[in-house]
Amino acid sequence: MIIPSEKPNGAEISRRDILKSGAALATVTLAPGVTLMAFGGTAKAAGDDGLKPNARWGLLIDAAKCPEDCSACVSACSTEQGWENNGLDTDPQWIRKVTLREKETGRTNSLPVMCQHCEKPPCVDVCPTGASFKREDGIVLVNRHTCIGCRYCMMACPFKARSFVAEPVTGQRTSTPRGKGTVESCNLCVHKIDRGDGTTACVEACTATGNNAMMFGDLNDPESDIAKAVSTYASVELRADLGLNLGVRYQNI
Amino acid sequence: MNKLLTSLLVMAALLVSPSYAQGLFPDIPKALGEPHPEGNEFWRINHPALLAHDRDLTVIEGIRDIDASLKSCVACHAVTGPASDPLPVTAESPEFSCRVCHEYVAVKISCFDCHASTPEEADFALVLPSYGGTPASLRAYLERISQ
Repeated sequence: MIIPSEKPNGAEISRRDILKSGAALATVTLAPGVTLMAFGGTAKAAGDDGLKPNARWGLLIDAAKCPEDCSACVSACSTEQGWENNGLDTDPQWIRKVTLREKETGRTNSLPVMCQHCEKPPCVDVCPTGASFKREDGIVLVNRHTCIGCRYCMMACPFKARSFVAEPVTGQRTSTPRGKGTVESCNLCVHKIDRGDGTTACVEACTATGNNAMMFGDLNDPESDIAKAVSTYASVELRADLGLNLGVRYQNI
Repeated sequence: MNKLLTSLLVMAALLVSPSYAQGLFPDIPKALGEPHPEGNEFWRINHPALLAHDRDLTVIEGIRDIDASLKSCVACHAVTGPASDPLPVTAESPEFSCRVCHEYVAVKISCFDCHASTPEEADFALVLPSYGGTPASLRAYLERISQ
């Protein structure tokens, strides 16, 4: 963190750090004019603030419960995140319904596909600016402040999960800033996770339809429903051959 | 000599008179909430650094309970439009809080290329505890917002 020289330290501390650190502030004077300040704990230890450490947020999607004519998850995502797809090739698409058809038997299967939140994301590997990154809790995001819109990540993604904002945007949701010249994809409703909702817009919408095809949770928490489900029932990841260890898993495909 | 002295005095009087000063400086719209405890000078100098620092905290570490959150800036500094269209003005409008100063000093900001420049109703919760108006004026304001 760079503190600009003109920023008075007193004001900086009083506003943020003391509240965050539980007010335990120790100042050690090392030499005249040189002080060492120690805060009592980090922001994460102090309370609900910040991401949940050691979490691995993920989704479990049961394709058998996902009707082909239902796209409630897609419209819920669009509303929650403020993107709109009017069918143009260049329109954003954070989540889409895909129909799979087995060539030999003709069996079809419908399922939503979005960013799979890989443990080893190729989009992060190729990003030249570090804008494409994986949060500590496993959510793969684009930091639009550093994204230069080169679209390498779009080419690297095996799931075609990312889109490029090609047109100027107005009327964004306040929780989801998005604008021309940056790449975007499913952010696993990171603002809802940070606020403690414990679900995503797509899962909420799927549950509301009564299909219950989607489940959200912490794969690293053995007590969570999703961890219990994946440890009990068979589930697969898409393109498991790539060895990316995805955060989104599917059943019955 | 007397003539010169008089003209100097007149010029000095003009410079210090409030009416002349008002023409010189931008008319910054008043915010909804309490003033910043650090004072306006501190924020005038430091707001870019605070916003840049806190955006990294939010995006990378998920810390959203921060003071310099653009969401609360936008909610507290919302400027309502004319009576015909009383919704908060967007960054398109020259009356938009940031623009009033930024145009005066000729500094272009790109925040609102991506960020929403008008608050959503829920965002006012960030400002409400320090909102200085009466409950009735607040309710009237929120009703206008929600339309």
